[in-house]
Amino acid sequence: MAQSETIHCQLMVIGAGMAGMAAALFAARRRVSTVQVGLSAEIIYASGLIDLLGVHPIEKGRRWRNPWAAIAAVSKSCPNHPFARLSRNDIRAALDEFIGFLATAGLPYRCYKDRNADVVTPVGSIKRTYAVPESMWRGVMAWHRKCPCLIIDFHGMKGFSARQIQSVLKDRWPALRSARVAFPDLPAELYPERMAHALELSRTREQLAAAVRPLVKDAKMLGLPAICGTYQTSSVMADLQKKIGVPVFEIPTLPPAISGLRLKNAFEQSLPSLGVATLYNKKVIRVQVDGRGHLIFDIGAREKEITVQAQAAILASGRFIGQGLTADRKRIRETIFDLTVSQPSTRQHWHREHFLDLKGHAINRAGLEIDECLRPLTADGRPAYENLYAAGSILAHCDWMRMKCGSGLAIATAYGAVNAYLKHR
Amino acid sequence: MTQPKTHLLKTGVLIIGAGVTGTGLARDLSLRGIPCILVERKDFNAGASGGNHGLLHSGARYVVSDPSAAVECQKENRLLKKLAPQCIEDTGGLFVAVEGDDENYVADFAGLCARLGIESEAVEASEARAAEPALSEKIMAAFKVNDAAVDPFKLSLENISHARQHGAVFLPQSQAIKFDCRNHQIRAVLLTDIKTGRHTTIETDFVVNASGAWAGEVAALAGIRLRMVYSKGSLLVTQSRMAGQVINRLRRPTDGDILVPGGTVSILGTTSVRIASLTDYRPTVEEVDQIISEGAMLIPALEDTRFIRAYSGIRPLLDAPASDDDRSVSRGFALIDHTAEGVDNFATITGGKLTTYRLMAEKTADFICRRFDTPRPCRTQTEPLPVTSDGRWTEPGLAPRFWLQNRNPDDVILCECEMIPQSVVDSVVQSIRNQGAQTNLKSIGLRSRIGKGPCQGAFCSTRVTAYLYDQGLLDARHGIEDLKTFLDARWRGQKPLMWGSSLIQAELQEAMHCGLLGLELEEGS
Repeated sequence: MAQSETIHCQLMVIGAGMAGMAAALFAARRRVSTVQVGLSAEIIYASGLIDLLGVHPIEKGRRWRNPWAAIAAVSKSCPNHPFARLSRNDIRAALDEFIGFLATAGLPYRCYKDRNADVVTPVGSIKRTYAVPESMWRGVMAWHRKCPCLIIDFHGMKGFSARQIQSVLKDRWPALRSARVAFPDLPAELYPERMAHALELSRTREQLAAAVRPLVKDAKMLGLPAICGTYQTSSVMADLQKKIGVPVFEIPTLPPAISGLRLKNAFEQSLPSLGVATLYNKKVIRVQVDGRGHLIFDIGAREKEITVQAQAAILASGRFIGQGLTADRKRIRETIFDLTVSQPSTRQHWHREHFLDLKGHAINRAGLEIDECLRPLTADGRPAYENLYAAGSILAHCDWMRMKCGSGLAIATAYGAVNAYLKHR
Repeated sequence: MTQPKTHLLKTGVLIIGAGVTGTGLARDLSLRGIPCILVERKDFNAGASGGNHGLLHSGARYVVSDPSAAVECQKENRLLKKLAPQCIEDTGGLFVAVEGDDENYVADFAGLCARLGIESEAVEASEARAAEPALSEKIMAAFKVNDAAVDPFKLSLENISHARQHGAVFLPQSQAIKFDCRNHQIRAVLLTDIKTGRHTTIETDFVVNASGAWAGEVAALAGIRLRMVYSKGSLLVTQSRMAGQVINRLRRPTDGDILVPGGTVSILGTTSVRIASLTDYRPTVEEVDQIISEGAMLIPALEDTRFIRAYSGIRPLLDAPASDDDRSVSRGFALIDHTAEGVDNFATITGGKLTTYRLMAEKTADFICRRFDTPRPCRTQTEPLPVTSDGRWTEPGLAPRFWLQNRNPDDVILCECEMIPQSVVDSVVQSIRNQGAQTNLKSIGLRSRIGKGPCQGAFCSTRVTAYLYDQGLLDARHGIEDLKTFLDARWRGQKPLMWGSSLIQAELQEAMHCGLLGLELEEGS
């Protein structure tokens, strides 16, 4: 009988979304031997924007200019919010380290430090976030100054209309114009991934610049959908700017988007070189505890392929999209450890009658309750395991979609969980 | 006091309500050469005509409770299969009893069908399961009948088209707000355009109230009290088609006892819940769970299948002596002449069902002809309903076939679930404009498969919105408002079904529309 491989490690990170990636990163940089398991494909649904905290209280729709003041307000009024378990210094250190890492991985970000940034979305709404890819930063500036600007879109690229953005914003940004051009050398139905790939060629950029140049006129900046290369975005944009003659910025596109793909590529390349044993596209099939309290995971795509024995684990498996949580008609369950999930009493109370109700849906505040060390708790309030920590959107009390705190919360709680592990091991 | 400026129109018959009855009546009258105007507060099939199974009854379902309705169904079933085949999938149907069902009901069924001339044929349980493998192993009796599936949206669109070809006028988004009554006659009806607030006065010889559940509100404009009972029925749409034929539970009608194919999906229903008001009715979690647990007795796979949408319709029933179950109130229709209540040129047509819509229109038109002493024969009994481009895109699977045949690389697919390209959206928009309706995501969705696939509009709504801006059909912040309205309308049907993969889909939708786009914080126009 074939013996399956067993890997021994100090820390097992379950999940390959923003929180899982951040946890593996922080652990590896602290010389913790780390295994990471999860579906890395999920991260391509990430918008690429790093939100910290934009809205609180959600029912009032109050948007915050200063995210740190917003975090202080949340910590005070919602003591169970995960941010209330973390110090401001830790949250800031987590974001600085994470953003610093991305820069070294070829994905530089920009932020104001003490102020949120406003980003124009493809439907013409204004999204409040914290850090944005460098490729989008000039868009933040352009909107802020309402300077003369041209947004370009492409024949055959669906879901992105420069005319729509211009039309929705015309009252507030009269100096914004739009135009449509043909994308060089690609078939009529355009997919962002192929466009991004094509723009990594100098010849495509030359042709695009030639088509755009006569349209620039008085525009001080040029906006494009986020298609400026997958790997070499900075040099692609610098070259486009040189050829077109005005600064160029990217506008986010709807998921799955290139900005998510760039994150996926950055992590998939960097984490293994930092020493993380990555088991992407596999999942935890079973978990047991051995006599010393170590966690034994059976891992595989469908059936057990590998066993991982870990001194501790960070659960960053996400919510329903990430399959950290699942629901049948009666209740919500945590899928790996069957941990207690704090949740509304019945399905009637999961969602409100109106999708866009400002109060938000109760199900989005369901999740794991944690102690100060970010360990999931049982129904009677004790840590479910001494050596299991949790991070990211699986935590209770954070409606990340309405509070606009998704990535920041994922990064900060991953940081908190790794530090708690280091302190307790 | 200044009167608002009004637009003036004249007609023979004004029909209020563009459900299947109203659209059918507009066609019937115009084919007889009687001028008519069809007005509708929202868009066509906004009430029960858009909130039903899409079942063309064989009549077998009513052999016990309502024999005369059963016979009407059977006749109309035959006629419509012949005259409107483009709207019908002739699936056939089964009546199936499972262990524990009332054996007396089963024993009487075939005899009652035979007595009323309704075809039914007993089949062995094994044969029924061979034909429909999804059926429960616990079948104890099965009968084959002539049920079929009908697309009520296509049906109304074709009726509107044919009526307009014969001179009828369709005015959607127009609400009747006042009747000008003098000497026992309605002389004119004042309409308001829901979007613009503009008023139109229509001078008319006769008014027909075909407003379904809203008949009481319309009758009240003439000072007439119509006692209505509102019975809500909720239905569920499965992601894939569960059976080839219509499957009925062979017992007294109750919750969750019928599964009707609808192209690529199946529709499971229904409930019967008495409601007091029409202001906000929607399917509930309790109804959904009830329908599934009952339906699973017949088709066990319903317990685990994915449902993509739920919806409700209101059965407009005339108040009758108290009854335990609104399903036992007659499904036959009523044509009420309001002369006795003091208005000589006003009638209400109500009750009935989708299968008998044509007959209801015929009887109403006959009544009007008698009233004006101008006998003109009904033509809808013999004349086929023409196939038009207006009704074309409601059919599942047509858009992808069309797209594959044309292979035009510039014709970009906007809705990936249902494979709907730009050119189909163009065609639907043209049809909307011809009909005088508003172009928005909802009216496009009503006339096509946009938003009806597994993503329930999460992705295609933003793509179609972008396309409408590109075409100059949306401007300024109208698209934000349109998107919010559309997503909220879809939500009604998603909310009670959110578990398993539907919940994942809903989370993805909210991550995109709230997490990234922040639509909940955006003002409309």
